[in-house]
Amino acid sequence: MSATRTSDEGAAGSAPAAPFDPRVVRADFPIFATAREKPLVYLDSAATSQKPRAVLDAMDRYYATCNANIHRGVYRIAEEATTLYEDARRRVAVFLNAASPREIIFTRNSTEAINLVAHAWGRTYLKDGDAIVLTPMEHHSNLVPWHLLAAERRIELRFIPLTGPGELDVAALPGLMADGRVKLVSFVHVSNVLGTVNPAAEITRIAHSHGATVLVDASQSAAHLPLDVRAIGADFVACTAHKMLGPTGIGMLWGRRALLEAMPPFLGGGEMIREVSLTSSKWNELPWKFEAGTMPIAEAVGLGAAIAYLQTLGMANVFAHDRELVAYGMERVAEVDGLKVLGPPADRRGGVIAFTIEGIHPHDIATVLDDDGICVRAGHHCAMPLHDALGVPASARASFHCYSLREEIDALVAGLQRARKLFPR
Amino acid sequence: MNDLFREEILDHSRHPRCHGTLDNPDLTFEDANPLCGDRIRMDFRVKDGVLETVRFSGHGCSISQAAASMLCEHVEGRTLEEIKALGREDVLEMLGIELGPVRLKCALLALKTLKAGIYGVNQWPGEDEDGAL
Repeated sequence: MSATRTSDEGAAGSAPAAPFDPRVVRADFPIFATAREKPLVYLDSAATSQKPRAVLDAMDRYYATCNANIHRGVYRIAEEATTLYEDARRRVAVFLNAASPREIIFTRNSTEAINLVAHAWGRTYLKDGDAIVLTPMEHHSNLVPWHLLAAERRIELRFIPLTGPGELDVAALPGLMADGRVKLVSFVHVSNVLGTVNPAAEITRIAHSHGATVLVDASQSAAHLPLDVRAIGADFVACTAHKMLGPTGIGMLWGRRALLEAMPPFLGGGEMIREVSLTSSKWNELPWKFEAGTMPIAEAVGLGAAIAYLQTLGMANVFAHDRELVAYGMERVAEVDGLKVLGPPADRRGGVIAFTIEGIHPHDIATVLDDDGICVRAGHHCAMPLHDALGVPASARASFHCYSLREEIDALVAGLQRARKLFPR
Repeated sequence: MNDLFREEILDHSRHPRCHGTLDNPDLTFEDANPLCGDRIRMDFRVKDGVLETVRFSGHGCSISQAAASMLCEHVEGRTLEEIKALGREDVLEMLGIELGPVRLKCALLALKTLKAGIYGVNQWPGEDEDGAL
């Protein structure tokens, strides 16, 4: 079997897994076959992943054959569109090991999923004097929604401290929660800068034992490792399709059914209501209560196809491939004079290597690399507090996915050596 | 090699002119590019409507540092009215390179800092014209 077998009709785990071959996988991604001056070396999958043909085809097919609004029309193509949309939700539920598709809310992205929790859950349950525990390695998307809430009412934000190499000092968490005021612990599963894989189940267990609700930002992890929301045991998990080989414009919130049932809606509009009079309305049932207005239907179809594709690859294979590249990459980039990698050792991180090079601004690193067709991210990667904590204004970051190759790391290192020559120490 | 790193830009970024700070400046302004963390501070000494001395400090990529160096060198000794008339085209001409929308922000941070400092306000008239939108 090869990854090319995957179609959006593919089911999870039905075929025996073939050895994982990133070259075969790469051939499924049209962007790498697109003619350009220099071959594309794409090392920015933590920002957004590339999309396999199966995803593009599924979205095309939807628009070409059954484009219609969902949950409204009774005519055939509207039924087909509705089926495709709800099939995607079922696929997400299986992928995340949710108890029911009703626990899967489609959003625009992880950011909106977290904002949904901040608005609908936070504004209902958090009171003056409560506290929220976050971490210094959060993406801005898991900081700013809580800043907004904390500006509205007297809510204290607390932070699990970092250890030297850029991991969470989880042993400090019980102390942070000892006064009983912490009502929410919200943390990133895999850091988009450090690559640190946080012990989500352990943090959740400690948070629950102190009576707090738990939100996990799985933006990076859902795309790169086997994610089981019930094994983690959290209450909410946010993820986004465009990092999971799917399209932009759609994300997912998984939430425990009882919590979602008890929450008021987030946005008001069509589809999220059961009955509307001129002056009041009754909410629809889950999950539609949280899906106001026409949703990104083609994007849901694309997400469904992306999940089918990932399932065919096997998430354990995807993660093992990331790990192999990270180990090789960390060894190779260390050859560059003055280069420092941020974060923990290779065996404790996902497919991300952020680094600084003494005397070369990350933007300049990225610009030199761009000359060779190499795409890396430069800046603070939407994690300014983390860069502050690490004492660097910005970093450059290479990140991988299932289609990434060791040769791309070789190209990266050659490019970094050129940058070093251009900007001598 | 990439035009972005032509020798004059590298020279200005390695050996920036007008670099440093002033004791008791008449005006000081600091601005940052939130996208990449670049930060530029400018200290000004002004006499009779003329910018006598300007010194910049901070950190950033070679484009933002070279632009600051070239711009400061260009404006020393000019009247505030002349400086207020400077626009993005002037900076791009000094740099002599084509820039995409992201790097444009790097190149224009110095101009933004300079003009906001001279006006003594956060936004000078026409900031939108100088932004990358």
